Amino acid sequence: MVGYLAKKFVFMFVSLFLLVTTTFALMNAVPGSPLQSEKAPSAAVQKNLEAYYGLDKPITTQYFMYLKKLAHFDLGVSMKKRFVSVNKMISQSFKYSLRLGLVSIVTSVLAGCALGIIAALYHRKFLDNLAMILAVIGLAIPSMVLGPLLQYLLSVKISLLPVTGLKEPLDYILPTLTLSSVSIAFIARLIRSTLIEVLSSDFIKTAKAKGLSGHIIVWKHAMRNSILPVITYLGFLAANVITGSIIIEQIFAIPGMGKFFVSCITDRDYPLIMGTTVFYAVLLIASRFIADIIYALVDPRMRTSVGRGGK
Amino acid sequence: MRPILEVKDLSVSFDVFGGEVQAIRGVNFTVNEGEAVAIVGESGSGKSVTAQTVMRLIATPPGRIKNGSIMFNGRDLLSLSEKEMRKVRGNEIGMIFQDPMTSLNPTMTIGSQITEGLVKHQKLSHSAAKTRAIELLKMVGIPNPEVRLKQYPHNFSGGMRQRVMIAIALACNPALLIADEPTTALDVTIQAQIMELMKDLQKQMNTSIILITHDLGVVADVCDRVIVMYAGQVVETGTIKEIFRNPQHPYTKGLLKSLPRLNQSKDEPLIPIHGTPPDLIKPPQGCGFCSRCEDAMRICATEAPEVTTISETQMVRCWLQDPRAAKGAGMGKEESA
Repeated sequence: MVGYLAKKFVFMFVSLFLLVTTTFALMNAVPGSPLQSEKAPSAAVQKNLEAYYGLDKPITTQYFMYLKKLAHFDLGVSMKKRFVSVNKMISQSFKYSLRLGLVSIVTSVLAGCALGIIAALYHRKFLDNLAMILAVIGLAIPSMVLGPLLQYLLSVKISLLPVTGLKEPLDYILPTLTLSSVSIAFIARLIRSTLIEVLSSDFIKTAKAKGLSGHIIVWKHAMRNSILPVITYLGFLAANVITGSIIIEQIFAIPGMGKFFVSCITDRDYPLIMGTTVFYAVLLIASRFIADIIYALVDPRMRTSVGRGGK
Repeated sequence: MRPILEVKDLSVSFDVFGGEVQAIRGVNFTVNEGEAVAIVGESGSGKSVTAQTVMRLIATPPGRIKNGSIMFNGRDLLSLSEKEMRKVRGNEIGMIFQDPMTSLNPTMTIGSQITEGLVKHQKLSHSAAKTRAIELLKMVGIPNPEVRLKQYPHNFSGGMRQRVMIAIALACNPALLIADEPTTALDVTIQAQIMELMKDLQKQMNTSIILITHDLGVVADVCDRVIVMYAGQVVETGTIKEIFRNPQHPYTKGLLKSLPRLNQSKDEPLIPIHGTPPDLIKPPQGCGFCSRCEDAMRICATEAPEVTTISETQMVRCWLQDPRAAKGAGMGKEESA
């Protein structure tokens, strides 16, 4: 098990390195320069600026300089917002994205599981149909439609919830709902189909033959086996929430990281492009790694099969 | 001998898209205290449905218990509430299933799967249940029980898993053990070990056993009596001796003929029973075996045979044995064949 995780850990760094290299190459392949603007400064100023940011050196040197700084967790200084470090920009804005993301992941898992379990236990009855209709709606409506729609109906029309912002607990409801709708629906469908399958398996019959009650059978015997695909999905869910929040933050005027991720590319703000990309990549890779660990904790077969070096 | 289980006129149907499948059509049998009874028959004959109905494990719907009673220790199991029935399952009746590879929960340790029933039914403390589980694992012949208790099903081989299943089924000293094809999914040498184990445990604990199987070879070794089922009905019952030495129903005879014998030469072909069992959505008017029976008479196709008593222990449902049938009925064909 430890060996398996160590291997995964090494691969994490390999993929991160490849990602940094590719992004760096692509970024420099895009025409234009971060210091170009309509109001061009004098040649001397331009030269000084280039020297300050190291843009006068050959690309390979720039690349190795970046790697060296990255190894010290230094993401450089933004070129657009001069003299503000990328580390600071990310840490200031990320707390909003993180809060919204975590609330949304927890909501997705809880609501998704609840809907899925209800649907499975009332298989082919009214509640199942209702839950699945909700799930299809959740999957079908894109967040850029759902967000403004909820704002219009719940905030503008009946003034129940605040329209924008992320300060009070109430502020979280609309963005969370918009951000989680797809994953709630996805998890609900996933849990429903696995739980129905697990409930008809032989070991559930064994549990019934032991005289156990319905609650214990569902929660102790069936759920543990049905939750496995959801854990696998958790890694993707994190990705979903992170990329999804870029749009959500625009809709609900949340001062999160999403706005930098879009604006830095049009600005050719090299350190910010690299910084946000690397940061998102680390988040994604780390969440997959955590999902792997949780999976191994829940499923004993994973522990031994990977322990023996199989699978 | 006191009867422990009496099944009377039991009929079970399943409502499916095409209509009503009459899986069991008026089954009667008795199991006495300390007795091992085999239910044999081919796939779809209603053996497993009978067993699962006794445990009330068939899903309703689509299943439907239409008629009959199941008296177990003086109570009708069919009239119990689900809550009362839970106290019978695993406590007074234990059950072993066909496929040990899928019958254990892959995400729980063997120990917690054994102790679960003990804690629930016998109200044992966690540590007392653990001690009992170790005892049970020893009893079913699993070495190193203290270590094995903490392991998961995937650490066990098929035969070992079936031993664990037996330990689970016997955990609360049930009066009746239902084994639904316990050796079908195992290879032959393991089959023999498992049957041997069940025989030993039955003697030790004086448990009654219902052994469901389609392997007559297994039956002869372990059981006292045999119930032969066909198309949802009991077609013949008798002691081991009666069934193997003096079978009365053409189906029982056919089953025995299709078994290989040790003294048989290699060139001598086994004789299968030709044809297929009837469709139980539309069960035949007469005898269910009629279309496959070499000795069928005209009445067999139109009227269902009644039970004929051959001896105190042997009964058969066949027109050929009916006292009203002409002497030597159907014999001519057999001689010419």
